[in-house]
Amino acid sequence: MEMKEYKTITQVAGPLVFVEKTEPVAYGELVTLTLPDGSTRRGQVLDTSKDIVIVQVFEGTRGVDTTSTVRFTGDIVKLNCSQDMLGRILSGSGEPIDGGPKIVPEERRPIVGAAINPYARQYPREFIQTGISAIDGMNTLVRGQKLPIFSGSGLPHNDIALQVARQAKVRGEGEEFAVIFAAMGITYEEAYQFMKEFERTGALERAVVFLNLANDPAIERLLTPRMALTAAEFLAYEYDLHILVILTDMTNYCEALREISAAREEVPGRRGYPGYMYTDLATIYERAGRIRGRKGTITQMPILTMPGDDITHPIPDLTGYITEGQIVLSRELHAKGIYPPINVLPSLSRLMKEGIGEGYTRDDHPQWNDQMYAAYAEGVDLRGLVAIVGEEALSERDRLFLKFADEFERRFVQQGRYEDRDIEYTLDLGWELLSMLPERELTKVERKFIEKYHPKYKKGAEAKPAEGEAEAS
Amino acid sequence: MEVKEAGLVGEIYRISGPLVVAEGLKARMYDLCKVGEEGLMGEVVGLVGEKVLIQVYEDTSGVKPGDRVENTGMPLSVELGPGLIRNIYDGVQRPLPVLKEVSGDFIGRGIEAPGLDRKTKWEFKPIVKKGDKVNPGEIIGTVQETDVVEQKILAPPNIKGGTVTEIYEGSFTVEDTIAVLDDGTELKLYHKWPVRIPRPYVEKLPPVVPLITGQRILDTFFPVAKGGTAAIPGPFGSGKTVTQHQLAKWSDAQIIVYIGCGERGNEMTEVLEEFPELEDPRTGKPLMERTVLVANTSNMPVAAREASVYTGITIAEYFRDMGYDVAIQADSTSRWAEAMREISGRLEEMPGEEGYPAYLASRLAEFYERAGRVKTLAGNVGSVTVVGAVSPPGGDFSEPVTQNTLRIVKVFWALDAKLAARRHFPAINWLQSYSLYVDTLKDWFAENVSEEWNELRRWAMEVLQEEANLQEIVQLVGSDALPESQRLLLEVARIIREVYLVQYAYHPVDTYCSVEKQYDMLKAIKQINDWFFKALEAGKTIDEITGVDGMEEFARAKFEEDYKTAMNAALEKIRKNLLGE
Repeated sequence: MEMKEYKTITQVAGPLVFVEKTEPVAYGELVTLTLPDGSTRRGQVLDTSKDIVIVQVFEGTRGVDTTSTVRFTGDIVKLNCSQDMLGRILSGSGEPIDGGPKIVPEERRPIVGAAINPYARQYPREFIQTGISAIDGMNTLVRGQKLPIFSGSGLPHNDIALQVARQAKVRGEGEEFAVIFAAMGITYEEAYQFMKEFERTGALERAVVFLNLANDPAIERLLTPRMALTAAEFLAYEYDLHILVILTDMTNYCEALREISAAREEVPGRRGYPGYMYTDLATIYERAGRIRGRKGTITQMPILTMPGDDITHPIPDLTGYITEGQIVLSRELHAKGIYPPINVLPSLSRLMKEGIGEGYTRDDHPQWNDQMYAAYAEGVDLRGLVAIVGEEALSERDRLFLKFADEFERRFVQQGRYEDRDIEYTLDLGWELLSMLPERELTKVERKFIEKYHPKYKKGAEAKPAEGEAEAS
Repeated sequence: MEVKEAGLVGEIYRISGPLVVAEGLKARMYDLCKVGEEGLMGEVVGLVGEKVLIQVYEDTSGVKPGDRVENTGMPLSVELGPGLIRNIYDGVQRPLPVLKEVSGDFIGRGIEAPGLDRKTKWEFKPIVKKGDKVNPGEIIGTVQETDVVEQKILAPPNIKGGTVTEIYEGSFTVEDTIAVLDDGTELKLYHKWPVRIPRPYVEKLPPVVPLITGQRILDTFFPVAKGGTAAIPGPFGSGKTVTQHQLAKWSDAQIIVYIGCGERGNEMTEVLEEFPELEDPRTGKPLMERTVLVANTSNMPVAAREASVYTGITIAEYFRDMGYDVAIQADSTSRWAEAMREISGRLEEMPGEEGYPAYLASRLAEFYERAGRVKTLAGNVGSVTVVGAVSPPGGDFSEPVTQNTLRIVKVFWALDAKLAARRHFPAINWLQSYSLYVDTLKDWFAENVSEEWNELRRWAMEVLQEEANLQEIVQLVGSDALPESQRLLLEVARIIREVYLVQYAYHPVDTYCSVEKQYDMLKAIKQINDWFFKALEAGKTIDEITGVDGMEEFARAKFEEDYKTAMNAALEKIRKNLLGE
């Protein structure tokens, strides 16, 4: 490997270092900086020409001066991959930080993964039961999907992610998911909560953790999700594992991207974020999926906090255009004490249609889903009306829909943090709520399903699913 | 590619992402170049003094200053001939199945793959004879490419033309010579065409025939003409892609070109898995037999995304020139515009609105202008209909891509997040959307569907408009405060919305609705409306009328294969219950 060392730094701007009079340096090359005090930093070539090379330094430029030595390694950024990564805690740039031994690589993989050929993909359609009704029933997750949680600061998105990681399974298969957890710029406390939970449930054995905390360099965050996905691809495609990747918090990642872009004085797009943010995010999210002929799969659940709870902010907006749906949390539901505070109306799972129904969940599920949505949406609309004209002015029919919406939130959405509901329970609970409405209002479901599942027609009278398990913990 | 000529090889000066600057290279704008030792494909996008700016269609990691750059001296072109149908290409017409064979499940770099297979032999039947005169763009013979598509082999539009001295019949690969002209020109089954230059035609014709899509809200209320242009803007999750897929599946074009431009990989996989299984309602053959796919997903190189819409529309124009009606779905034109913005930013051009280049509007206009119903050089009539999805940030229609698109296109299908949230699909807002073809297509509908069609359409639209006005009052005072006739109108509007406008893309029957069925349904709803008001006059109460037995059956009739029987039975029941014997 050719080594080229220079002491020709001419400018340092934010996370960027400008180096002059170099031999030809490749675009994307990995760089090591040695500071006067002997410490080292890593960086990557962002722009290269015969005259000047621009390097972005992952661990930040604090302490860098013009006498620092720049070494171009002739290599690109890679991750040491091994099955032994499972059970380990790594830094945001892939170094062990749990005091354990170094990871002996079976393979060193470039962290910028190549794009999956769309022709090689297999369409995801295996239902994942998360045990959370608002997800399983209303916005079903399937294996190989990328389904983000759109949250806001102070909402329990981490609890939901943990609950999903704990409970997610494909029914009929004993196999659990291996979890790859990538934290970007989260606080020590949050990270501690995750780690404690992983240890408590023994999940750490089947997990790889990448930690970039709030006080770690922001630029390192640009590596973290790519490290995590490289590990995911290695384990999924070399060891046939089913991987669930949790990326939190993508908002911090995007902030780091903006920081680099500003330091490069690029033409900003919306709200100062770079115009290429869509493409950049796509190279992360699109690494989820299934490939024909390969057993392992990668399911992604990125978490992002919407600045100001604004779903039209560029971060959630661009994410929503790439991911296959979104789970949206609501501050209003949270304030009502409902956990998980999932607002199903703006939530969506684009892949559910192929993963539900006969042979996947239950035959009535697709139409049941339409009916539940329509009824809840109507109830929520009527709340607006009630605020103006009062409940007395409503017709009997409207009052039933209003009641439905309340019950939907209190009994269907609301459940315990450790409550693992199976899909039949979720669907039956939905039917029980629907039975509050006049039968002729159930226009979205075919007669045969009403006769089969409506509590009124169900044989054995024990139509009522057990209540009371849904307590907020 | 052998490049010997001096000046056609230069070296790299600078690399910044997909933008490479070369020096010592002789180049014209839009020449195709091979960049670096791997020979990555790129296109000249700017000349500054001695320097040549090249946008590269592949990832440039590892490329160094000083590496060589070759100019092929040719603009980016596509290969047009047998082998296009059923294929799936990336943005620069490399077949994805071939890339998979070469580099596995992930897309490698520097792979050269011709757009058309060189080995397949096609059965060529000549139409012209020795001694016939052949003009540019004329049909010289045919190849039955799939069960559905007969490909007409065209003399390239950019030749001089001449008299046929040799013509052969039989089985040929695309590179074999099938005819020779007196000036020595050898004709093959395929020819190349530069993607950024529109293919010539004789003249544009007025768009007077609708593109029937089988989607009730589109065909009835906001029809697009064959050769027309339409845009579907909408926030994420409002159903742009599903609508585009529905159009690709059911519209009555003979050829479909579907461009997945910067969108999700799984969406292309869905098309690839689903289309071979689905049956074209008109031919009874798999839909894939008439489809060409161009897939440059969001994580594939951004410069190739910029090229993908040109690749797609050039293929569409080629089939148009055979006299076919072609429909092209571009999903999404916003990603294309963003690719332009990204390249423009790297070129350090002066930005226009929201960082988009100042030439955004003219590029969009140029693209949509390539649509049209035309008289071809071969003397046929063919058309290209363009439907572009737009993904406005935050669902805000005032952003530059949506606005510049709306200035050009004639049909606007506005997707609405609110409708989508309540699972009213297709979530096309009937108050915001418009079609400027309604008047030009009037005669067609009157002649081919029914004289009553235009009147029924007008009536239904009026009811929906009136409902919107009344809703404002209802929001303030509640529906009980309205007079009975208006409450009845609200109920009729609800039927139009829930029975007629809502259409289930995933229901095997409801996914496609013929114009005849659309007419029958609309007529039936008008009939129910008339009975409602008659019953009101006869003294029935609103609740009696709206709760009439039979409405449930009527609402479900559209799901039946034999909808007529089910609908008529329901209508009869409603009539009896409302008006007696």
